[in-house]
Amino acid sequence: MIYLDNSATTQPDPEVLKTFQTVSTNFFANPSSIHSAGSEVEKLFNKAREQIATILKVNREEIIFTSGGTESNNLAIKGIAYEHKNRGHHIITTQIEHPAVLQVCKQLEDEGFKVTYLPVDKYGMIDMDELKQAITDETILVTIMHVNNEIGSIQPIEEIAKHLKQYPKIMFHTDHVQGYGKIPLPYHVDGLDLVSISGHKIHGLKGTGCLIKKRHVTLQPLFQGGSQEDAVRPGTENVAGIVSLAKAMRLMHENQSSYSRLNNLHQKLYQKLEKFDWTIINSSKNGAAHIFNFSIPGFKPEVLIHALGEKDIFVSTKSACSSKQNEPSHVLMACGKDLEASAAIRVSMNLDQDEHDIDQFIEALVQIVEQYENIMG
Amino acid sequence: MKRIYLDHAATTPIHPSVKQTMREAMEESFGNPSSIHHFGRESRKRLDEARATMAKSINTNYESIIFTSGGTEANNLAIFGTAYANQDKGKHIITTQIEHHAVLHPCEQLEKEGFDVTYLPVDENGIIDIMDLKNALRKDTILVTIMFANNETGMKQPIQMIGNMLGKRNITFHTDAVQAYGIEEIDVEQLRIDLLTVSSHKIYGPKGIGFLYKRDGVNLVQRLYGGEQERTWRSGTENTLAIEGFKKAVELLMEERNGRNEHYQQLSERLLQTLDEREVDYNVNGELDSEHHVPNILNLSFSGMDVEMFLTNLDLSGVAVSSGSACTAGSIDPSHVIKAMYGEDSERLRNSIRFSFGKDNNIEDMEQVAERIQSIVNRLASNV
Repeated sequence: MIYLDNSATTQPDPEVLKTFQTVSTNFFANPSSIHSAGSEVEKLFNKAREQIATILKVNREEIIFTSGGTESNNLAIKGIAYEHKNRGHHIITTQIEHPAVLQVCKQLEDEGFKVTYLPVDKYGMIDMDELKQAITDETILVTIMHVNNEIGSIQPIEEIAKHLKQYPKIMFHTDHVQGYGKIPLPYHVDGLDLVSISGHKIHGLKGTGCLIKKRHVTLQPLFQGGSQEDAVRPGTENVAGIVSLAKAMRLMHENQSSYSRLNNLHQKLYQKLEKFDWTIINSSKNGAAHIFNFSIPGFKPEVLIHALGEKDIFVSTKSACSSKQNEPSHVLMACGKDLEASAAIRVSMNLDQDEHDIDQFIEALVQIVEQYENIMG
Repeated sequence: MKRIYLDHAATTPIHPSVKQTMREAMEESFGNPSSIHHFGRESRKRLDEARATMAKSINTNYESIIFTSGGTEANNLAIFGTAYANQDKGKHIITTQIEHHAVLHPCEQLEKEGFDVTYLPVDENGIIDIMDLKNALRKDTILVTIMFANNETGMKQPIQMIGNMLGKRNITFHTDAVQAYGIEEIDVEQLRIDLLTVSSHKIYGPKGIGFLYKRDGVNLVQRLYGGEQERTWRSGTENTLAIEGFKKAVELLMEERNGRNEHYQQLSERLLQTLDEREVDYNVNGELDSEHHVPNILNLSFSGMDVEMFLTNLDLSGVAVSSGSACTAGSIDPSHVIKAMYGEDSERLRNSIRFSFGKDNNIEDMEQVAERIQSIVNRLASNV
């Protein structure tokens, strides 16, 4: 089996699973309970928070645990919008965000906020000058994703943070779901206020994630209830999930150096597929190495995905979360690739992927396309 | 010294069979249910099966189940969701003074946003007067949210009567059934419930998962925007592993519920009986007849005791109990539930303890607990 859909979800690491099992078996009490069973769990929980804070080089109280990337994005964006709406009603984002950012912005537009969707070039990159020009006195939030989930373009988050630092009233959020453990960010830098991280994209479990919220940031919670997570995120803590998230984040962090291996695989995909006249490559050579996106115009991607599936190779069209699978990709449309947008294939790798996987994939792809051409021809 | 856990209303340990199921699921299935390839379809199938199990457990259809990250999220989705979706029809909400904070705090937030909330009082047994509800109903009432069974006292509200009253008037009825679901047979059709909250970690399932039942046709504004998961009512990649565990916990509950309830009843009776034998002075907060009370929660007031001191000593003697909801975290604030029942001057506010029983507790545990209580009460009383 060759699984090349790691941007949709990853296989949990056995160590992460073990951690989850151990904690859920031996530490089941509610960390808010004041008896000793509760305080033991609370200790463990605090340790997990401490570990994550150390990895990210931020303060402990700057980590808020959530149920995943979608919740982190919603909490950051709606939280800032509602909390600071008397400062202004303007939000800046990009045209290529994940639905968990775009749909929130659309909803806020319905509620009277004004949203600027920055365009991107054909490689999926925003123009810093356009961002600078979009800022108004009314701007309260900039939310720009780090690594794009469909084509792997990497936005200059540090540069944006540096620029936004001079606007202390504008909060800057980045959706880091596809970047964590692969393309590091200087989480501590001034100007970067909120960062979303998801567990199941980094060999952790679904239903786990966190939001980095810097100390000076205030936001309106999505949920009201108990006083967990400083009342920013009430609800009984999923302690086993959280400790397993700390484990997954640590493992990714420790293996970060092996990410560079993927550059060769990305290059190989690029060089091999570039040669065929039936492919158009959508990812840039300078994008994230673990995501490679290309189109075969005229070839229905679903057909290809099923044909590859029969050969035990798994890729995807675009984001699994995008609404209608048959709709063209909004990311590729924004890149000006209207033709490619309905025929895109995404290959997304994990750190263990090797050359053999990529060779097999290319071989299978060529076979399928040739077969199809024979039938059609 | 055997440690005895009597705080099952705060959270329950995971059932061994649930653990086993989750262990197997971890190895067999990790795909994203939205993916169209084999791994995605496999996950989707399992998700669909779990949804059907949840639906069957409350006698509804498959489409009415929205998975959430737990009880708090489900309550928030129900309350904010209904309020925002219906604000053009009216801005009045009715609830009670004894709800969990995951209901009270959303209501308070809505008040800040211009909604009008009526907090119904309760009698000494913690039960609302159905006539109070009737009198509180207005033309602009859009939502009534009243919990099924109280998390601190175990007292049940007259859900059937409320359902009947609201069903006729076409007002959305939400009930927080987090504590009741593990005990009561709930039929949302018969009870005429529109929205119902359930949490997994109170029924021997994993934490971080729950569901909101939403009657077909009831409109909500969603809380989490993004992908089209849960028919867009709740975006975010589904927590498939936890859902798998939750499903098993529900299956076990359906099989074992009657037996568990009898067991809880016996534990409760034995604890009270031993306290009586040992001549410990206590009062029951609420009343213990099964029509109005769930058997797994017992809230007792110990005259002359100070709750903080009492809890610490119980903990040192290996008994894990609580004074109220665990979600009031850390500090022991006087319980808003006991206050609503007995008034703010009642000494019960400062000397009440919640015992909540589980399937793994046994009769000897109860005798032990009573013995330890007696020795603590005697020691603390002699110090005064």
